Amino acid sequence: MNGTLAIPIPNLRSRPIIWREVLLSVLARVMVIIPLCVLALILGQMVWGGIGTISWEFLSQVPQEGMTKGGIFPCIFGTLAITLLMILIALPLGVGAAIYLVEYAGQGWVFRVIRAAVNNLAGVPSIIFGLFGVGFFILFVGRNVDHVLQTGLLFGQPCMLWAAATLAVLVLPVIIVSTEEALNAVPQSHRSASLALGATKWQTIRDVVLPQARGGILTGAILSISRGAGETAPILFTGCAYFLPRLPVVNLFGVIPVINPFDQFMELSYHIFIMTTQSMDAVQTLPIQYGTTLVLIGLTFLLNLTAIVFRIHFRKRLGCVSIQ
Amino acid sequence: MEYVKPAVLFKRSMVALGPYQEEEKPVENDMTGKSQLDLTELKKRSENFQNPFVKIKARNLSVYYGQTAALSNVSMEIRKQAVTALIGPSGCGKSTFLRTLNRMNDTIPGTRVTGKVFIDNINIYDPDINVVALRRMVGMVFQKSNPFPKSIVDNAAYGLRLHGIRDRDVLEEKVEESLRKAALWDEVKDRLHSSALELSGGQQQRLCIARALAVDPEILLMDEPASALDPISTAKIEELIHALKKDYTIVIVTHNMQQAARVSDYTAFFLLGEMVEYDHTQKIFEVPKDKRTEDYITGRFG
Amino acid sequence: MKVEGLTLKRNRSFGRARGFPKGQDSFLRSRELTKKEFHPQEWLIHQMLRVAGFSSILIIGLIFIFLFKEAVLFFTTAHPLSLIGTWDYDAWEEKNIFKVMWQAASVVPKYSLIPLICGSFLVAVPATLIAALFGIGGAVYLSEIASARTRETLKPTLELLAGIPSVVMGFFMLAVAASLIQDIFHTKFRLNAFVGALGVAVLTIPVVMTIAEDAMRAVPRELRDASYALGATRWQTILGTVIPAAVSGISAAVILGFGRALGETMVVVMATGNAALVTGNVFSSVRTMTANIAAELGAVAQGSEHYYALFLVGAFLFTVTFFLNFVAEMVLNKMRSRLRM
Repeated sequence: MNGTLAIPIPNLRSRPIIWREVLLSVLARVMVIIPLCVLALILGQMVWGGIGTISWEFLSQVPQEGMTKGGIFPCIFGTLAITLLMILIALPLGVGAAIYLVEYAGQGWVFRVIRAAVNNLAGVPSIIFGLFGVGFFILFVGRNVDHVLQTGLLFGQPCMLWAAATLAVLVLPVIIVSTEEALNAVPQSHRSASLALGATKWQTIRDVVLPQARGGILTGAILSISRGAGETAPILFTGCAYFLPRLPVVNLFGVIPVINPFDQFMELSYHIFIMTTQSMDAVQTLPIQYGTTLVLIGLTFLLNLTAIVFRIHFRKRLGCVSIQ
Repeated sequence: MEYVKPAVLFKRSMVALGPYQEEEKPVENDMTGKSQLDLTELKKRSENFQNPFVKIKARNLSVYYGQTAALSNVSMEIRKQAVTALIGPSGCGKSTFLRTLNRMNDTIPGTRVTGKVFIDNINIYDPDINVVALRRMVGMVFQKSNPFPKSIVDNAAYGLRLHGIRDRDVLEEKVEESLRKAALWDEVKDRLHSSALELSGGQQQRLCIARALAVDPEILLMDEPASALDPISTAKIEELIHALKKDYTIVIVTHNMQQAARVSDYTAFFLLGEMVEYDHTQKIFEVPKDKRTEDYITGRFG
Repeated sequence: MKVEGLTLKRNRSFGRARGFPKGQDSFLRSRELTKKEFHPQEWLIHQMLRVAGFSSILIIGLIFIFLFKEAVLFFTTAHPLSLIGTWDYDAWEEKNIFKVMWQAASVVPKYSLIPLICGSFLVAVPATLIAALFGIGGAVYLSEIASARTRETLKPTLELLAGIPSVVMGFFMLAVAASLIQDIFHTKFRLNAFVGALGVAVLTIPVVMTIAEDAMRAVPRELRDASYALGATRWQTILGTVIPAAVSGISAAVILGFGRALGETMVVVMATGNAALVTGNVFSSVRTMTANIAAELGAVAQGSEHYYALFLVGAFLFTVTFFLNFVAEMVLNKMRSRLRM
């Protein structure tokens, strides 16, 4: 009888090492380790090359001598200013749109198509947004506003406002999608409970839905800020300046300094781009390039880390809800 | 003895002294300019019939989700200050019927309701009805306990705050009152400000009941309130239903026939969107008139 | 009516005294029931949300419209065939030849998309292959092998990789990696498609890994248990059960990664050499569609043929990536609905 059994009975006592298993496990680990090493390599290289350049002078001074010396303060200022402007435009619009799509709009095919389009737009190349920014904001909106207001060429040229608007359009899908996810994660039963107590729709959203979705919305906002701060392609033609001896600041009523959205500006990522590709002496300015890159990396990583910590924190809290 | 704020004590003593109240205008005259029509007008639109023992009256009620009819042509009268159970296999329309009573079906897109539902002889599907106010008067407890991720107090006071009550004393008083009514006060009085999610499942469900009671509803709808609970918690909820029925008109959906037999005074049996039989609970369970009811009761299907 | 009014009045004070309005006809007393309140706040907020929603939608619509509007205008002056090649007199050959090249600033401007498409694919295909290898391998590790704690620390770290601004990646490839790669492979050009592809791959790996891992984790436990219960080893389970079950999600991840790689701009502008050649050699300099727009849009006059040509390139790129995203989305949706059943 034993001879007819096709499958050999294994020895239950021994635990043979199956080399194929081990090999594949090691391989899978390598697949994670190599990207991590690359990450470490990039970070290490930037820190190694840039840490010597970073000094208070570097961070607080304007570029000098054809940008071969001096600091990058206008770039830092420009990056912060444009990011602020961008989020001021994109956050209310994106969160509002997401609330509208999730809570008010129905499940009709029109809105299904719109949701799919928004989702897809999050993956569209950033240079396309740059094209859109030039074609729509500057040449269409700007020129027409100029024409109507008889302002010559005030709006119809690259400036911070249009760059910020272009970046806002770029991060809009990111904000909408993350807000939608956060809103959808709030259990439907909580909405029903609130409505059954006689709450109006907005009361329900304000008191029940938004407090629970806050974490997710905030995470999306921080991630989009980080993305906006690091993007170069959309602002290449919509407002960045190669070199600008002044800050894009205007004195409101002659006293209060505010960001001037109608001025051009310098920006960290754009600065890196031109310093590496169009600098007069790429080798001599290498320390500046490294230093600028380090500042940009520091800025975006800080934002990303904040977002990640936020997400973990809020996911834990949501986890509690789902266990119950 | 618990500590009671002087203001609360004063209020309570005034209440105990008797019906001291500021003089109120008769209903006919106190319509504000905002309201578009008065109740007498609404009453005129309703059927000229009122049985003093009937709280809810459904007339030819049908509900459609899209093209499919979830409920067809149901007419029934639900008694005041009694427990009415709705039983039937799942998908028979009993929950749908329950949700028509406070118009929660309005929140589901693609739902269409025909027919009329009268509560105290007012058609709640009249276009002039304020749905938000209606839902305040018709409380609802859901199948799965769904306390908000807030503190116990905030949960119980949620409905009150919605309706603009900000006075701390009033809020405290009402929260305590509703928690007591929901038989939860003694268990949570020491940790009122801890998260509602730390409560056990049964306590959470009772908190949901307290939350519904806090806004002074007259009718309490319960959609399988004990289906996700263990037997001990279920027993507590059933006890609670017994205690509440002297003050409230309770309609409860349950798939558990023993539970229906234990808690309800009247029972309606639903099948495939139709109401098959509606009678005293005892009669339904002992001498059902309809063959289908008998089959269901004896466990031949469903 | 009078009697009723009296009853109502009595009941009302009775109800108030007890703290809750109850008793006969109390429902009728509820004034609010007929008060069709007008909440200005509620109305205003609804309108604001509606405006936000519709303006977002409008902007999305405008992207489509503006891109394609400008792109179509190209054909008012140029022949559609010029998108493939242009007849031009060649001084070297001393005759007219059909030139397949992008040369916008010459006497006879040439707007052939072929070299750009060729460049884009020469960068995106190797990048996607590399990203798929590491992305899927890493996803297997994260979802099947790593402990929950390892995963929770590794995933955010890998997400940081996705957070590297592409200009930084471009700078790294340009300043550090390019020379290294030239030393290893002894390539003719220091900046070539392969250098760009490596940089793009690093940015694409997290995209592929995240989605592929989600897909594998969505495979129900029961399937794995069934496989283990039959005596399968871990890798037999992974290769024979988990990956086949998650294959649609994994392929969606790769498609999305490909879309991302096609659209990457700054890395390729900085690291691929920017020569619009028609070639199949990954070690030659190329110019991608994205790099072409980035390099030339700054110097064109609005309304010129060149300007419209750049929009045409953009519209083409947009269509391709949008289509890829759409396909990936469909595949993912299908998988989600299937796994839910």
